[in-house]
Amino acid sequence: MSLLANAFTLLCVALGAVFFLAGTLGLLRFPDALSRLHALSKADNLGLGLIVLGLLPQASSLAGALKLLCVWLLAQLSAAAVSQLIAGVIHRRGPGP
Amino acid sequence: MTLLLDLALAAWLLALAMHIGRAGEDRNAIIAFIAFGLLLGLGWVRVSAPDVALTEVAIGGGGTGILLLRAEAHLRKRRVGLARPMSGAGKAVAALVCGAVTLGLAVAVLTLPNPAPSLAPASAAALEGTGLGNPVTAVLLAYRALDTVLEKVVVVLALIGVWSLAPDAFWGGAPALRSAMAPASLTYLARLLPPFGVVIGIYMFWAGADAPGGTFQAGMVLAAMWLLVILAGLRPEPETGRLALRLLLVGGPAIFLLIGFLGFAIAGGFLAYPEGAAKPLIIGMEAALAVSLAVTLALLVAGPARKAPGS
Repeated sequence: MSLLANAFTLLCVALGAVFFLAGTLGLLRFPDALSRLHALSKADNLGLGLIVLGLLPQASSLAGALKLLCVWLLAQLSAAAVSQLIAGVIHRRGPGP
Repeated sequence: MTLLLDLALAAWLLALAMHIGRAGEDRNAIIAFIAFGLLLGLGWVRVSAPDVALTEVAIGGGGTGILLLRAEAHLRKRRVGLARPMSGAGKAVAALVCGAVTLGLAVAVLTLPNPAPSLAPASAAALEGTGLGNPVTAVLLAYRALDTVLEKVVVVLALIGVWSLAPDAFWGGAPALRSAMAPASLTYLARLLPPFGVVIGIYMFWAGADAPGGTFQAGMVLAAMWLLVILAGLRPEPETGRLALRLLLVGGPAIFLLIGFLGFAIAGGFLAYPEGAAKPLIIGMEAALAVSLAVTLALLVAGPARKAPGS
């Protein structure tokens, strides 16, 4: 059972890391600010979600698992709000470099 | 494997510091500085100092970051540039002095006798008498409480310094913090986040007795929530002349000093706690200090009064 849980953790965390890598590549390589923002929020959203999902079986208690979920939800909330704010500024200023 | 991670972290920190020094625009440097605070927090976690890590992230990254950003926005609005960017020679001298200080510190640390002189065993042995579980809190509020009192008073003095920049006509009025129209997403965040933030802030101070956490970190989180609500325009900026606000500002240090002087009467010395009552006294002081700090830090960010009182 613990072998299965460990395999699940490894798989999910590795997948999450791939999303972060892809998001970072997008942030560095995409041509305009809006696409870069899109790449960044995807990494936050799915990458962190997969890492938290992978860590859930390793949590020592129910409270610990809930805290992990809260971390993900709070990161989601702040990432979504901040992306909207930055996108709003870009929209008002017109597309820049 | 962990050595590799530590080396990578140290390399990132150095690279980011270089980037801050070389950044052409002030705002870029400030944003990199905030990232530097977060990364430095990770570094403190790696040397097993979570209390310092929390403070570094909250105050060094977040608090100082927003203060610098506000100052930069203020200068930009008035088109006041810094006189001239530092010349190459000036930067070289600064780098040389910083390098010398770092080398000196490194030599000092490396030549310490082994085992290094330490008060840790004595501090751990006395922990039981305080009823606390976190040795850092015991140092801050029991063994070296005088330092902590002075620290909190200094923050209030800094706020008085900021307030004194207000023009005479605006004295006692409200600072100007929010922009003309807050975007809808900011308003949404300011409605949703503060309940969580307030719980996290209170938890940080409450857990600080037995686990990493404490008044400074809790105060900064509470201040951030208040600032968020003001920035989104949900509540007005407070009038700096209001009596309730001023009482909140001095309440924490005042209660700290009061308990300190009471120590003469009930426990035989300044800031001495009576046997068995140390923990409740410390928790009570910490609660008052966290509220005072939250108000002080938020008002430091809000800046001097910019509106006439009563307007």
